[in-house]
Amino acid sequence: MIRTPLRPLARILPARDRGENPDTIERENIRARHEEMRDKARQRAEGRLLVLGIFFLFAFATIGTRMGTLASSEPVEPRTHAAGSQILAQRADIVDRKGRLLATNFETHSLYAQPQHMIEPEHAADALVKIFPDLDRERLVKDFTGKRKFLWIKRKISPEQKQAVHEIGEPGLLFGPREMRLYPNGAVAAHVLGGAGFGEEGVNSAEVIGVAGVEKQFDARLRDPARGHEALTLSLDLSVQAAVERVLYGGMTLMNARGAAAVLMDVETGELLALASLPDFDPNDRPPPPAQGLASDSPIFNRAVQGLYELGSTFKIFTVAQALDLGLVNPSTIIDTRGPIRWGKHRIRDFHDYGPQLSTTNVIVKSSNIGTARIAQMIGAQRQQEFLGDLGLLEPTGLELVEAPLAKPLTPKKWSELSTMTISYGHGLSSSPLHLATAYATLANGGYQVTPSILRQPQGQRGAQVMSEEAAAMSLSMLRQVVTEGTASLGEVPGYAVGGKTGTADKPLETGGGYHEDKVIATFASVFPAHDPKYVLIVTLDEPVETSGDEPRRTAGWTAVPVAAEIIRRVAPLMGLRPEIEPAAPTGITHVSHAAE
Amino acid sequence: MRSLFYALTTAVVVAMAFWAYHENYKTQEAQSRAEALQTQISDARDRLRMLRAEWAYLNRPDRLRDLAEINFDKLGLLPLQSHQFGRVADVADPLPPDIVIIENPVDVFEDRSEGGTFP
Repeated sequence: MIRTPLRPLARILPARDRGENPDTIERENIRARHEEMRDKARQRAEGRLLVLGIFFLFAFATIGTRMGTLASSEPVEPRTHAAGSQILAQRADIVDRKGRLLATNFETHSLYAQPQHMIEPEHAADALVKIFPDLDRERLVKDFTGKRKFLWIKRKISPEQKQAVHEIGEPGLLFGPREMRLYPNGAVAAHVLGGAGFGEEGVNSAEVIGVAGVEKQFDARLRDPARGHEALTLSLDLSVQAAVERVLYGGMTLMNARGAAAVLMDVETGELLALASLPDFDPNDRPPPPAQGLASDSPIFNRAVQGLYELGSTFKIFTVAQALDLGLVNPSTIIDTRGPIRWGKHRIRDFHDYGPQLSTTNVIVKSSNIGTARIAQMIGAQRQQEFLGDLGLLEPTGLELVEAPLAKPLTPKKWSELSTMTISYGHGLSSSPLHLATAYATLANGGYQVTPSILRQPQGQRGAQVMSEEAAAMSLSMLRQVVTEGTASLGEVPGYAVGGKTGTADKPLETGGGYHEDKVIATFASVFPAHDPKYVLIVTLDEPVETSGDEPRRTAGWTAVPVAAEIIRRVAPLMGLRPEIEPAAPTGITHVSHAAE
Repeated sequence: MRSLFYALTTAVVVAMAFWAYHENYKTQEAQSRAEALQTQISDARDRLRMLRAEWAYLNRPDRLRDLAEINFDKLGLLPLQSHQFGRVADVADPLPPDIVIIENPVDVFEDRSEGGTFP
């Protein structure tokens, strides 16, 4: 660039000659130079503005076009996507531990009417009553000819019924698709599954919601669309559950009982292989809660989980196990059993008189209330309460059923010394059969706490240790002797070395304060095989009477025990348990060491 | 030279346009086939679900028990018993293939008592 000099001699000299000020020329040149610089700067700025403007124009044009396209085009789903990873908008299935279906969904139809489109309302009502005999003709005619614009006639109809309704040829009768919950096994495991009903309902679809049991407990999980194709696996075994229910039903009928419950639990994992309560119901058609009478007499009442009963002598083993654990007694310690024990106006007595004294083992084998109460006195209220709490007998069980958290055992308001003595043999504390199963599982697995679970637990879940393995082993050996030589002799099943404890408790009067004379709850809590425990089985019968003898027999040894034995005989092979010859009991020889003299 | 270049370019454009047109139709066809397959898959899934439900219904324990009772004469089915467990050791070994099986035994004693002499 050629720079113009500010004071060019060619102009300065003539100006000087003319007597003008040469500074004027310089200033003029400075001004010209400044103008030139200003023009250049403006040009550059304008250029930048233009580029920016074009950029913004394009940006807005792109966004605007895209918005316009989205607004004016039809919404379509993407046509190409991978199959398999789709979202299922339906309730997940429920299966047992071996993958057999317990609950699934089924496409069906609902039937509704739009009376304003009807041509022959009366004829339609006649024809409908012929197809569905439970409908009321008068009511239908009133609805069809009245002001109603819409009414549901049937929530679920079968394909045959749909065809029959179709053949009426009435344009005002319409069908909507319905997804319904199907329990293919009928009443098997009814109390665990609970049932399902419809929530929000529309013509084209209805929401299926869980009403009770597992269906309600895991409602959110089952309805989660992302996990719709993933079945919920329960710990139940369908064939075991069916066999338990069958045998229990037979036993309940033979023993003339009002109800019955059975719990079969894995002692290590706390998984429930079977959970039965009779009478039961069909979850496909769950009955409504009873409007009158006792809730505990209704078929929908789960006796195994919700029923709180005084479970009687089955509790004695906890007292003895604790005394063994604390080192207060050993199996051959002699306990004073002279009776009755008088305590205020109460008297504690035995079923028979067992003589003035018994060994600890025989207190359990003969089921002596007096002996157990004496041992409980040695333990004391405080320690007894702590131990029963450790066994889970004072709190709800934590089972994954909606009914379980409500079943909190009933304990005395004030845990007095009398309470300690009565609770030691199972009176004054009401708990559910499931609680009892949990506590027996702790005895059977070497003293570790167990949380009952209805879900498959592939890896074990051992809790804290609450008693020594030796005390648990000694208690188990006593339970075995109850069957071999004690009150539960009918419970012997060859090859399965059953150990257990019977319990017969008088039912409390409904009015409170006192007990029925001839109504009992008979319970048998068993562990098998006793030398290597795998399972705990609790069988409870409500008001059983065995009438084959001269006089009616109500004790658990005659009622609950044979039923439990039959259940074990049936289900142990089903669970793959081989019959084994149990190791011989240690003989009377004791090891002694010869000290060198 | 230049006209040849123009002609070639035009030909390439035409060829590309034809190829793009062809691919477009192939894609559409593939998409509609995929859609049809998706529909088939979902129908098959529905049917599968129905069949699974029916299988479970037909195999429900109550029905199987009743069937076993009705057909007891023919099948003789009873609940599994504990004595039906076997042991591998109880199963006899198969006979070796080269063993000689004597089918018509000869009574040696008889012969000797009549005429022969004992050594």
